[in-house]
Amino acid sequence: MLVKFIDFLRDRLKAVVVLCCVGLVFLVLWDIFFVSKEHAHTWVEQHIPAFWSIFGFMACVLIIIISKWFGHLGIMTREDYYDK
Amino acid sequence: MINNLWVHPTLVLLIGALVMPLVPRVLKKPYLLLVPVLAFVSVLHMTNGTFGVVPFMDWVLTFGRVDGLSKVFGYIMTLMCIIGTIYGLHVKNDWEHMVAWTYVAGSLGVIFCGDYLVLFLFWELMAFSSVFLVWFRGRKESLFAGYRYLLVHTAGGLILLAGIVLRYQATGGDISFGPIGVHSPSLYTWFIMIGFILNAAVPPFHAWLPDAYGEATVTGAVFMCAFTTKTAIYALARGFAGMEILIPLGVCMALYGVVYAVLENDARRLLAYHIISQVGYMVAGVGIGTQMAINGAVAHAFAHILYKGLLFMGTGSVLYMTGKSKFSELGGLYKKMPLAFVFTLIGGLSISAFPLFSGFVSKSMVISAGFEEHIYWAGFLLTLASAGTFLHTGLKVPYFIWFGKNHCSQETWDKAADPPWNMLLGMAIAAFFCIFIGSYTPYLYHMLPYPEAAAEFHPYTTYHLAETMQILLFTALGFFLLIKKLTPEPTISIDLDWFYRMGGRGFYWLARKPIQWVDSGVNEFYRYLGLIPLMTTARFASWFDWHGIDGAVDGAATGMRNLGGFLRRMQSGQLQYTIFYAVTILALFLAAYVLA
Repeated sequence: MLVKFIDFLRDRLKAVVVLCCVGLVFLVLWDIFFVSKEHAHTWVEQHIPAFWSIFGFMACVLIIIISKWFGHLGIMTREDYYDK
Repeated sequence: MINNLWVHPTLVLLIGALVMPLVPRVLKKPYLLLVPVLAFVSVLHMTNGTFGVVPFMDWVLTFGRVDGLSKVFGYIMTLMCIIGTIYGLHVKNDWEHMVAWTYVAGSLGVIFCGDYLVLFLFWELMAFSSVFLVWFRGRKESLFAGYRYLLVHTAGGLILLAGIVLRYQATGGDISFGPIGVHSPSLYTWFIMIGFILNAAVPPFHAWLPDAYGEATVTGAVFMCAFTTKTAIYALARGFAGMEILIPLGVCMALYGVVYAVLENDARRLLAYHIISQVGYMVAGVGIGTQMAINGAVAHAFAHILYKGLLFMGTGSVLYMTGKSKFSELGGLYKKMPLAFVFTLIGGLSISAFPLFSGFVSKSMVISAGFEEHIYWAGFLLTLASAGTFLHTGLKVPYFIWFGKNHCSQETWDKAADPPWNMLLGMAIAAFFCIFIGSYTPYLYHMLPYPEAAAEFHPYTTYHLAETMQILLFTALGFFLLIKKLTPEPTISIDLDWFYRMGGRGFYWLARKPIQWVDSGVNEFYRYLGLIPLMTTARFASWFDWHGIDGAVDGAATGMRNLGGFLRRMQSGQLQYTIFYAVTILALFLAAYVLA
C-alpha cells in the first residue's frame, strides 16, 4: 500500500512539486501577516519579513557549499587511503 | 550492604550477562527480554536517596545516588537496552549480547555512582566491553578500528584518572563526585573535563566516534550510539554545569558534525557525525548551565537516544539485509524495504525537530535557553546546525537510500527486503516513543531534573511553529535545488584520526629505519669488539657447564617445560579473549564484593 502511494506520487511528480511550492508561499505569507513577533528574541526576527525562511534557505546553501569546498580541499580522498 | 529494596540495575545486567551461557537455547529469547526489563523495573522502583554505600580501604564508595538527574538517565538507558536487545534478538552469538549488557551496566554504574573511584571503574568497563561490539563485526578493518577506539579511550581514561588523583590530593582526600566548582577551575578540573569530553566526542577528541561506530556490528552500533556519549553528558551535567567554555565547544561540535556529514558517503558514518552534532547541543546546554539549559540538555539526551537508536536501526537493517551501507552502492530501495524507510524517516523527522516529533520539544529548550541568556551567537549557530541536521538525516539519508538513483548491484537488489520481525519491532517501539515524546510533552518534562522549570516551557507556540516550519521547509527547498552537489561520491574524509593513524605509521617507520639502523650498528660494534673475549669466556663457560651445572639444570628445565606447556594450553593467543577474561573476572570480583 505504502509502495503504491509513493508510486502514485512519483507518477505525478510535477503536481507534487507545484503543491509544495504553493505550500512554501503560503507559509511565508502566514508568517508575514498572521504570526505575532512580539515574543521574538532579537531585532532581526522582528523586523525582517519571513526571516526564518531566508535563514533556513541560506543555512542550507551555505552548509552545502562550504562543506563541499572544504571537502575538495583534500579532505575527501580515495577509499583505500589508509590501506596503501 | 545493599538496601533490601534497592537493586542496582548494573548488577541485574552483569549477573544477567554472566548467566547467559547457561540458559538453554529454547529459553534464550524470553531470557534476553527478561533481563533488560528487570533492569528497567529496578530503575522505575527507585526512590531518591543514597544506597549501596560500601566502605573500601580508606574510602566510602557510593554505588547508588538516586536523584532527578540520575533517575532520568537510568530510565532512558534501561529503556534503550530493552529496545536494542529486541532489535538484536536474532543474533546467535551470546557474547555479543553479553558485552552489550556489560556495556550498559557500565553506563548505569557511572550514572548512579556517587564518587570518582566507582565512576572510573565503570567508565573503563564501558570502554573495554563496547570495543567488542566493534570487533564482533569480524572484518579486518573492525579489528583495527576497535584497537584505535580502545587506545583513545584508554588515553582519555588516564587523563581522567590523573584529574581524579590531583583532585584527591588538592582536596585532602575527597573522592565525592558532584559540582566541581566551575568558577575557579584548577588543573584537575581541566583534566577531569578532558576525560569527560573525550567520551562526549568533543573536537578535537571526537574522531574515535565515526571510526568505531561505522565499523561496529549492526546491533553493536545501536547500543554504542546511545551510551558512551550520553553517559558523558550525564557526567558533565553533574559536574560541570555552567562551565562556560563548553558553550563554544558545543557550538563547534554541532557545526563540525554537520560539515563532515555533508562529505560522508557511508550512511552509518554520516549518522555518527550527526551524533557529534547533536551532542553539541547538550554540551552547549551544560555550558549555559541554567535550569532550563540543563533540562534541555537532559531532554535532548533522552530524545536523542531514542531517535538516534532508531536511525541506526533503520540503516543497520539495510546493512543487515543487503550488506551495504554506502550511498554510492544503494538507492531506490523504497519498493523493497518500505517499513524500514518509514521508521528511518520517523527518526529523521525527530532528529530534525519537526513539530510532533521528539527533537522539537527537546532541542528548542537548549536553543531558547541560549537566547534567554542573551548568548545570541550560540542560539543562531545552533539553529543553523539544525538546518544541517534536517538536510542530512531527514533528507539525504532517506533520499539516497530509498529514492534517488539506484546504485544497487543486482545482488544487493535481490537481497533487499524488510528485516526480520524483531528488528521491525525494535524500530516500532523507538518510533512510538519519538512521536509520543513530541506529541505529549508532560511525559518527558515531568522526568527532567527541574520539573517546575520544564512545566513553564511551552514549545508549541505559534511563533516557534512558524520559525521551525520555515527553517525546515526552506532547507528542503535548498536541498532539492542543490541535489546535484550532494550526489554521493565514493570517498572517505580525512579527520583528526589521521594524526594517530599516520602517527602510528611514523612510529613504525622510526622503529624500522633509524632505530633498527642503530641497533645493527651496535650489533656490528659488539661483534668485532666483543666476539673474541666472548668466545674465550664461552669456551670456559662451556667446560664449566659440561662438567658442573648440567646435572642441576636438567631437573629444573624439565619442570619449567611442563609449566610452559600448561600455560600454552591456557591461552588461545587471541588478545581479545585475554582482555575479556580479565574484564569478566574483574566484574565478578566487583559483583561478589558488593553482594557480600
